[in-house]
Amino acid sequence: MSNSKFSRRGVLKTGMVASAGLALPQYLRADAHAGFTNAPGDSEVILGFNVPQTGPYADEGADELRAYELAVEHLNGGGDGGMLGTFSSKALDGTGILGREVKYVTGDTQTKSDAARASARSMIEKDGAIMITGGSSSGVAVAVQALCQEAGVIFMAGLTHSNDTTGKDKRANGFRHFFNSYMSGAALAPVLAANYGTDRKAYHLTADYNWGYTTEEAVKSSTEAMGWETVNAVKTPLTQTDFSSYIAPVLNSGADVLVLNHYGGNMVNSLTNAVQFGLREAQANGKNFEIVVPLYSRLMARGAGANVAGIFGSTNWHWSLQDAGSQAFTRSFGTKYGFPPSQAAHTTYVQTLLYADAVTRAGSFNPCAVAEALEDFEFDGLGNGPTLYRGADHQCFKDVLVVKGKENPENEFDLLEIVEVTPVEQVTYAPDHPQFAGGALGTCNPGA
Amino acid sequence: MLGLEKKDLRLLLIVIGLTMLAPFILNPFPEGSEMAQFNAGYPDLMQRFVIFGIFAIGFNILFGLTGYLSFGHAAFLGVGSYAAVWMFKLLSMNVLPAIILSVIIAGLFSLLIGFISLRRSGIYFSILTLAFAQMSFALAYSVLTPITGGETGLQLALDDPRIFGAAQTATGNIPVPALFGLEMRASYELALGNWLFTFNAGYYLAALFLILSFYLAIRIFRSPFGMMLRAIKSNQTRMSYTGLNSRPYTLAAFVISGMYAGLAGGLMASMDPLAGAERMQWTASGEVVLMTILGGAGTLIGPVLGAGMIKYFENIFSKINDTILHGWFAFLPDGLENFVVAIIHPFIGKGWHLTLGLVFMLVVIFLPGGLVQGGQKIAAMFRRKQPEDAKSKATEPAE
Repeated sequence: MSNSKFSRRGVLKTGMVASAGLALPQYLRADAHAGFTNAPGDSEVILGFNVPQTGPYADEGADELRAYELAVEHLNGGGDGGMLGTFSSKALDGTGILGREVKYVTGDTQTKSDAARASARSMIEKDGAIMITGGSSSGVAVAVQALCQEAGVIFMAGLTHSNDTTGKDKRANGFRHFFNSYMSGAALAPVLAANYGTDRKAYHLTADYNWGYTTEEAVKSSTEAMGWETVNAVKTPLTQTDFSSYIAPVLNSGADVLVLNHYGGNMVNSLTNAVQFGLREAQANGKNFEIVVPLYSRLMARGAGANVAGIFGSTNWHWSLQDAGSQAFTRSFGTKYGFPPSQAAHTTYVQTLLYADAVTRAGSFNPCAVAEALEDFEFDGLGNGPTLYRGADHQCFKDVLVVKGKENPENEFDLLEIVEVTPVEQVTYAPDHPQFAGGALGTCNPGA
Repeated sequence: MLGLEKKDLRLLLIVIGLTMLAPFILNPFPEGSEMAQFNAGYPDLMQRFVIFGIFAIGFNILFGLTGYLSFGHAAFLGVGSYAAVWMFKLLSMNVLPAIILSVIIAGLFSLLIGFISLRRSGIYFSILTLAFAQMSFALAYSVLTPITGGETGLQLALDDPRIFGAAQTATGNIPVPALFGLEMRASYELALGNWLFTFNAGYYLAALFLILSFYLAIRIFRSPFGMMLRAIKSNQTRMSYTGLNSRPYTLAAFVISGMYAGLAGGLMASMDPLAGAERMQWTASGEVVLMTILGGAGTLIGPVLGAGMIKYFENIFSKINDTILHGWFAFLPDGLENFVVAIIHPFIGKGWHLTLGLVFMLVVIFLPGGLVQGGQKIAAMFRRKQPEDAKSKATEPAE
């Protein structure tokens, strides 16, 4: 069994080997490339598209990937050019980025921070990606954003709605085009007041994680500011599939509005349960009982089917918008894939274009130069009207759509109708707003 | 030497050789070639190989020796990562205190869970550990958000105290984990012709820990303590009839393997300073079971091979997309090219789970002893002279 024979010679030998092993790393140093991480060569540049291909948000991920492929095609001069024609900045001319052909690599985030970071690191370390984009959950976006900050590449966030992404977890190398919980609340509140009155009592069901918290807080504070009262706010586990036990107490709680701070499958299930319990037909406090879903997406509306009819919510973009940019994008996406794009597809497409444009205007791939070009950049023609990329927190400020489930949808893509386009002034907040406090951008990191 | 028998020493030397030369072994294809897709020699994946190797070695001490199938081992890995990140936040960015604390915390946590769970054996033990791990996951995901960061994960921030180090670097960024100034991210790149080899500081630190863990595991396997654990596996009832209380032994094995998991968690946080709750989910616990079985439960090197195999599939196969496939088969006529791509499509990209599942099934059906048994079979083919010897050395399946 154990034969411990520690001879003097053996100990010495072991010590030598061990110290050689320990000393070895001392000879290693950061690689000597001047400038910045993954500086591209003369012929091509590689972008990393990191989206959920498996897991609960695989639908959104697939749509994001389609949009990325379309964006790359347009940047390289293929297809009909999409939004390149309507974009207010004319720096991009369809010859790639700074004359380099755009190539891309893809990865699977699995909607897990660890897997997403592993995938992003392999894109940076192995494939030499100069920019990482994607993600369809705030947890993943925040994790990958922090990674990109450390590694010294630009992160263009995809679908992430939590305040934290550009609030307490903001980073100098990260940028978000998508809107956030605060904007949803601020845009929804006036519409709710106009339709349901200012003396409502709200009951919140909130998914028990960061995005749920920030959304609940945003909707609560916006609705309370106009006179609503919050009766109760109940957290529901993220993995819950049957919400009956959470819906049952709602009717007897004295509330007359149910706010579902849920996303994806959660929202589909909780809304279906609520409708099955007859909340839509119920009366409370002498008023019709109402349901509100702060963040809507077409993919969710499709899952919930007829249950969404007449229910208010907010969204970043919808393909039925009539401006030239939205129409151009919907047309080229529809031509290529045969159905209209989702808001996830839109925001990722726009983010890719915005990055390419910023590089071209800066004349360099250096993340610091790109960040400078993006900060306080004002643009138009990308589907949301005049938009500002605010330098103080790297958040885009633009109009927010308040939508409602259609009563009589014509087809499976035509599920939402736009009720109001809330102007940007109404959803703008100070960078140090309490809901966004606690973080710091830091300074941009160009890496090696 | 080192208190090892000749055979074990040879195994240890093989492991040392493999880990030290990994940057060469894992990058067999030249840069820019079509096959470069299959290169695994970049820092992140190499680090993952050895870290999950450590995790699987530790798991194997419990499962391979005592036969107790813990289905909640990821909880210890998660606890270890949280402990390490908290050390980065509060103390300094030096990885040593972080790793030490993560091992200690994981040890204490496994003592607690093991003390309760080991009152039962067999399937009940597995269910208990699974329940504890899922409970830890749920707590970390929501209730304990102030400590664990919830869904977003525990991250470093610019305003962390870091009492023994700078809160920010001179350029206003969050400092990166380092070993006395040697950054874990630092790499040296060696270009030989078309080949590019990356030597990463973090990888070599983790590899050093792997070698130490492996050495410790050999010693445990060959010790009287290890023999006692094997006895528990073969017939626990007889052990208790002979008047021997086996629980201290199983508890010791459980804690040791929990500390291995904590070490892996601490190293993971050192290579990439973020700890997320998903690390503790049951899928993560299931993964280490798969690694051990795939490689060969109860063998010394098996779990390391299994860990490498699963991480390779997860990171390499998931990144192959249709565009790359079209690139490979561009030499075929158009119709045939599309056909071949359509055939392979379900097995790559998002289908990597499917490919891994097939490999796992093949291994379990044809090589119940895992990859190690496969290796022994191949070796036996070349060494027909002593068939009875090879037979006696063949690995017994775990159960």
